[in-house]
Amino acid sequence: MSKVHIQTKINGEEVEFLCEPRQSLLEILREGLGFTGTKEGCNDGNCGACSCTVDGVLIDSCLMLAVEAEGKEIATVEGLASSEGLHPVQQKFLEHAALQCGICTPGFLVAAKALIDHNPDPSEHEVRHWLAGNLCRCTGYDKIVRAVIDAAQEVRASA
Amino acid sequence: MVDKNGNYKVIGTRPIRHDGTEKVTGQAIYGGDTRFPGMLYGHVLRSPHAHARVKSIDTSKAEALEGVRAVVTGADFPPTTADDMIDLGEGPTSLKSMRGNVLALDKVFYKGHAVAGVAAINAHIADEAIALIEVEYEVLPPVLDVRQAMEDNATLLHENMTTTAFGEDTGKKSNVSLHLNHVLGDPDAAFASAAVVVEREFTTATVHQGYIEPQNATAMWKTDGHLTVWTSTQGAFTTQKQLGAVLDHPISKTKVVPQEIGGGFGGKIPVYLEPVAALLSRKTNKPVKLIMTRADVFEGTGPTPGSYVRVKLGANKDGKLVAGEAYMAFESGGYPGSPMPCGVMCVFGCYEIPNGRIDGFDVVVNKPRSFAYRAPCSTQVALATETVMDEIAEQLGLDRLQFRLDNIAAEGTRRVDGMVYPRIGARETLEAIRDSEHWQAALTGDNQGRGISIGYWFNVGLKSAVTASVNKDGTVNLVEGSTDIGGSRTSIAMQFAEVVGLAAEDINPQVGDTSSIGYTDVTGGSRTTYATGWAAYEAAHDVIRQMRERAAKLWECEDDQVEFDDGIFRHSGDAAKKYNFKELANELDETGGPVVGNGTVDPASGVGGSFAANIADVEVDLETGKVGIARFTVVQDAGKAIHPSYVEGQMQGGSVQGIGWALNEEYFYTDDGNMANSTFLDYRIPTALDLPMIEPIIVEVPNPGHPFGVRGVGEANIAPPPAAIANAIYQAVGVRLRELPMRPERVVAALQAQAAGG
Repeated sequence: MSKVHIQTKINGEEVEFLCEPRQSLLEILREGLGFTGTKEGCNDGNCGACSCTVDGVLIDSCLMLAVEAEGKEIATVEGLASSEGLHPVQQKFLEHAALQCGICTPGFLVAAKALIDHNPDPSEHEVRHWLAGNLCRCTGYDKIVRAVIDAAQEVRASA
Repeated sequence: MVDKNGNYKVIGTRPIRHDGTEKVTGQAIYGGDTRFPGMLYGHVLRSPHAHARVKSIDTSKAEALEGVRAVVTGADFPPTTADDMIDLGEGPTSLKSMRGNVLALDKVFYKGHAVAGVAAINAHIADEAIALIEVEYEVLPPVLDVRQAMEDNATLLHENMTTTAFGEDTGKKSNVSLHLNHVLGDPDAAFASAAVVVEREFTTATVHQGYIEPQNATAMWKTDGHLTVWTSTQGAFTTQKQLGAVLDHPISKTKVVPQEIGGGFGGKIPVYLEPVAALLSRKTNKPVKLIMTRADVFEGTGPTPGSYVRVKLGANKDGKLVAGEAYMAFESGGYPGSPMPCGVMCVFGCYEIPNGRIDGFDVVVNKPRSFAYRAPCSTQVALATETVMDEIAEQLGLDRLQFRLDNIAAEGTRRVDGMVYPRIGARETLEAIRDSEHWQAALTGDNQGRGISIGYWFNVGLKSAVTASVNKDGTVNLVEGSTDIGGSRTSIAMQFAEVVGLAAEDINPQVGDTSSIGYTDVTGGSRTTYATGWAAYEAAHDVIRQMRERAAKLWECEDDQVEFDDGIFRHSGDAAKKYNFKELANELDETGGPVVGNGTVDPASGVGGSFAANIADVEVDLETGKVGIARFTVVQDAGKAIHPSYVEGQMQGGSVQGIGWALNEEYFYTDDGNMANSTFLDYRIPTALDLPMIEPIIVEVPNPGHPFGVRGVGEANIAPPPAAIANAIYQAVGVRLRELPMRPERVVAALQAQAAGG
């Protein structure tokens, strides 16, 4: 199968790759480019473990073809922390013990950051509604919801 | 120094977990993230039929596809006539059925049963190759219900399987592999004397552990015969043992490297892909990686058994239980060996019942081979017992919580299956319910009801090993054999830190592979913080012993003149002479070299079971039958909570799995045995939006069988939710549901029957 040349930006850096038209963005991120922080849980858009943002919009990267990434800006969990340290959502997940096995965590973090970018002061219900596309089987969500509310507060305080 | 009744410096605090940063930055390497140069990708062909004889398999077209490197089937297993029983830590399984479940031999026993494996240069080609394998099946009628399977004229899955009953092979050919029976006292006479007797039937659907990370395995079989497997497993050594048995390969040449694991809940104890990846690697001399699709996970890995449970309880007019009887049949799936014996142990585990009878049946049906799921079989039986308890309290006009307290099991209680309890915290768990703000609070809306229940898990001990190497800067590298599914590295390290007087952050805990640490059983049975934590405690004492010798050398005194207390080594005869742990660590190079401590345990007794109880407030939509959770409290006896946040996390997570089991989750089968809902869209586990906060209350009744009083908390919490919710629905709208899941149509049907006077 002939491959397509794609130019894109991942976590702020120019990236180019060759992909088959049938390959998902998730597959290219993980198998092609080594961004294995983005996880695969179902490959059909129902678990959210592969959450990324594309031009700031939260997506399931298993449901987007890699060829659609041409000219887009992709953000993955690997881009959340900076040289100054963890992003508040990452720090609050640790402080609140909001992860157990951790496989869903990258997706939750990307989704939570997208929520806070979009709505800096979400209510508990808004957090639960926004995160309903991300499945966690370990925590029962309680500590995740608390961590996200706390992180939003932290982001507001430092803004 | 550690004092069982004293104050701890590390235990009971909430440090950030050691592997936390890796896991919030995407740097942690899970099984599916494993990559090697030249690696091949595999896929597994699965049976489209629930029950069929495999007449022939033709792999030639698949092998001829460009990019395909190897195809394997059950015929590639080395020949063996042995059929040993292999202990998986939470129950044994036979070699023959283990092999058959990895790759079908002559029959397929469920839709999704693995038939062949392919390795190719990429996953897409492997997928295409799978479609080119030609299998000729003789389709047989499926057996999908446990009670049908037990009928005398039922289609037999395994033509030569006979029932073992009362410890002996009956010789009777049947789908029932095992019948367990226990009798205590004289149940018939006791029932005859009872003022109230209630007997009810319950059924529960097959449900899945639902871990978010699919099974995966990467294998490299080198030409010198050394096999290495990287995988997400609950037990590296258990995987090694299974690989050795299935492949007839020496475990000395079988190394298993446990990668980070994305959930297990009992489902990642058996091997599925590991032996297939190994066979493919042996054929290709390349590393081969296999990952399941989500449908493969649902259809091809062990769910927890569907069940039929009948419970009868009798009480006298004073509200004391006089007799109990339980009949339970569990679907083991395509091969025998469900966790039914655990259900036998748990069904009356919460109460003092002086006379009783329990019959348990393990029954094969054409569904995936069932395996453990968090307190396996305890949830199904708790639904039955706790619903009947509620009904008896109502008939006697007693308070349902007081009725439970009046009959609660305690130290010295003999269970119907024979076990006599040591100190347990069942009463304190219920008292915490009684004393909670939630229990006192009013309901907040129409059609709401409040239910309670209690559940039990016995917990296991098993074997663990820890080594501790002291660094020059006084930190310690800790290698432990338990794979870490939910923060156990930290709870183990904290127990070490407590003994040696360091901070949790001074310990660097790592999970070892089968070549770097002593044999350690699975992360299962709520045993890891208990047993591997105990091994860390022993390793810490070994380190202290060696370091006292070093201090004695420096002070030119006898070893027993060196005292260790509260993190300080002191000379008993010279108050000026003292070292803290870090100061002495800095002297190791000059006093004999490295200090490495070891700790191993195999607790035969003193494991100490755990009890969990719920208050569930539900709100029933009378029109749609949808049941919402308005408020939810979970209480559990942790013995001693090492890291309270992660104890709460276990309690909350187990509760929500129980809520999903109660309301949403089930394998939905068509008549021909196809699972019709093998996606996370249609097999719906709870989302954040389905739930309120889950309020945890930790009870601490120290376990006398552990140095810090720990009781494992991983499992008991999944048992009570379905019963608490069923009891709450009754309080809300006056109907009793005895079938899981309690999905909307069943609630509506019950309401309609009630309206019709049924």
